[in-house]
Amino acid sequence: MNPELKGFILLSVLKMLFVFTVIMVGVALLTLMERKVSAWMQNRMGPNRVGPGGLLQPAADGLKNILKEETYPALANRTLFLLAPALSFIPALLLSAVIPFAAPLPLDFDVGVGPLGRFAYHGRMPMVVADLPIGFLFVLAISSMGVYGIALAGWSSNSKYALLGGLRACAQMISYEVAMGLSLIPVLLLSGDVSLGAIIANQQAGLWYVAPLFFSFFVFLISGFAETNRLPFDLPEAESELIAGYHTEYSAMKFSFFFIAEYANVVTVCAMVTTLFFGGWDIPFTHWDERGGLLQTLLTAGFFVVKLMFWIFFVMWIRWTLPRFRYDQLMALGWKVLMPLALAYIMVICVSMYVVEHPLGVASPVLRSLALAAVNLVGIVLVFGFIDRGALLSGSGRRRSAAPRLRRAA
Amino acid sequence: MAIGVKVMKRPEREVSYVRATLKGMALTFRHMFRTRVTMEYPEEKSTRDDRGAWAISPRWRGTHRMLTDEQGRSKCVACGLCPQVCPANCIKLVPGEDEQGNRYPLIYEIDEFRCVFCGYCQEVCPEEAIHVGVHYENAEYGRDRFVYDLERLSSQTHPVSTLWDPTDPKGE
Repeated sequence: MNPELKGFILLSVLKMLFVFTVIMVGVALLTLMERKVSAWMQNRMGPNRVGPGGLLQPAADGLKNILKEETYPALANRTLFLLAPALSFIPALLLSAVIPFAAPLPLDFDVGVGPLGRFAYHGRMPMVVADLPIGFLFVLAISSMGVYGIALAGWSSNSKYALLGGLRACAQMISYEVAMGLSLIPVLLLSGDVSLGAIIANQQAGLWYVAPLFFSFFVFLISGFAETNRLPFDLPEAESELIAGYHTEYSAMKFSFFFIAEYANVVTVCAMVTTLFFGGWDIPFTHWDERGGLLQTLLTAGFFVVKLMFWIFFVMWIRWTLPRFRYDQLMALGWKVLMPLALAYIMVICVSMYVVEHPLGVASPVLRSLALAAVNLVGIVLVFGFIDRGALLSGSGRRRSAAPRLRRAA
Repeated sequence: MAIGVKVMKRPEREVSYVRATLKGMALTFRHMFRTRVTMEYPEEKSTRDDRGAWAISPRWRGTHRMLTDEQGRSKCVACGLCPQVCPANCIKLVPGEDEQGNRYPLIYEIDEFRCVFCGYCQEVCPEEAIHVGVHYENAEYGRDRFVYDLERLSSQTHPVSTLWDPTDPKGE
């Protein structure tokens, strides 16, 4: 084995350990953050008994869940019942492998480590576990695998609530996967590359994609909520209707695994939003961060975490703001609003990109982004004006004319 | 709609999705900075003197207390009214009599598990001996500890309930 390969393997293992640890610890802390945020939004204190400010609450929860009794329903399919938590947990973790979390680190070393031989690495090490050339296609492929865990959990539990939860999860995943995939096509058009590293580089050259591709961001964000089964789309586990949905029959650590998977999915979706639409680890208004170096890597990692935390907070914020959708509203939103919106948006972006590049001949990425941003601004006014008329989800224009024009009671 | 959902007719302004969502988010965000309403119990406790939001009512009827006279003897004269009036039948009273002919309780036990905290015992007591207390921390390690005997009832120090005063029905 040559020293370069050994160096690559060593660094990959180190990155794996790092990302795995950060994700697992982060997920544990997110459960605490969720409880704290929900408490603050409801004028409560949140958990503050275990450790300073409740910081050890996740550890206490984990300990409790490990020590609890594992129950199996008498008529459950044992194999699948055991497999399901792992099946929803593993894809959630796999996704974290492709998210670039900092600027590439220039490394140049060639050291001998006793009997192991020499390790060498020359060049810029991408700060991502697996720098896959297929980038977000991998994310799309793996993220939809998570639903197998949920569906199998629902089916193998042999319980009506769990089954309904699993069923809903499948239907929801299918409806929103389409919109999500379609919403990413404009990103592909603009960047010309599916690799996440290239997408970040593109955003550094022009503007963050949230400006030129606002609707992609909008659709992706909403589908992301649906994909992670978070409120307002948490129909698979709707407590008020389905006890606990697909994990009704699960106890102790197996239940915990579903929980961890949900939060890991939240982290991934937020990381994807950050990477695709908010420049990933990019520090705005400067090109200093692209030069490479230890300080740059650390700072960009910090910036990435800040952006990520904002989106995670946003997810929690939405969760404690909006009530759950009704099932048919969920389907209507997915198929009747988001999918046509994403499709129409692809056309709009195609046309405007053609116009900007060919008849107008704008070559500068910044100017091109600004031109697209202007198109988006018009679209925002049009679409949100239209949605705000309340005509879209009700599904008929009839109500608009029939609605009495009530004065708002002051 | 396919499953026959009744669509409410609302003014257009109120079926706005984006605006309503943003409005809701602004509301929840503002709430993050409001003062917390939680009372952190073991550190803060409701007391009778408390004038704040957590004041405990002086009419609160909690676990009992037997008052004593200046010599430290219980005021109870073992008249037997309280076991008579008790709807839960939780008071056990065995009367005794001393050389001067004064009645006193040989055994006076209240089973706090059976008690419904109606306060009739306090109301009926002619000597103002047995009272229900303004007290709520009653945890014990065993069930047998919840039968309070005379000594225990006499040694309680918590304030006693004022019960309901007919001349001041709203407690003002």
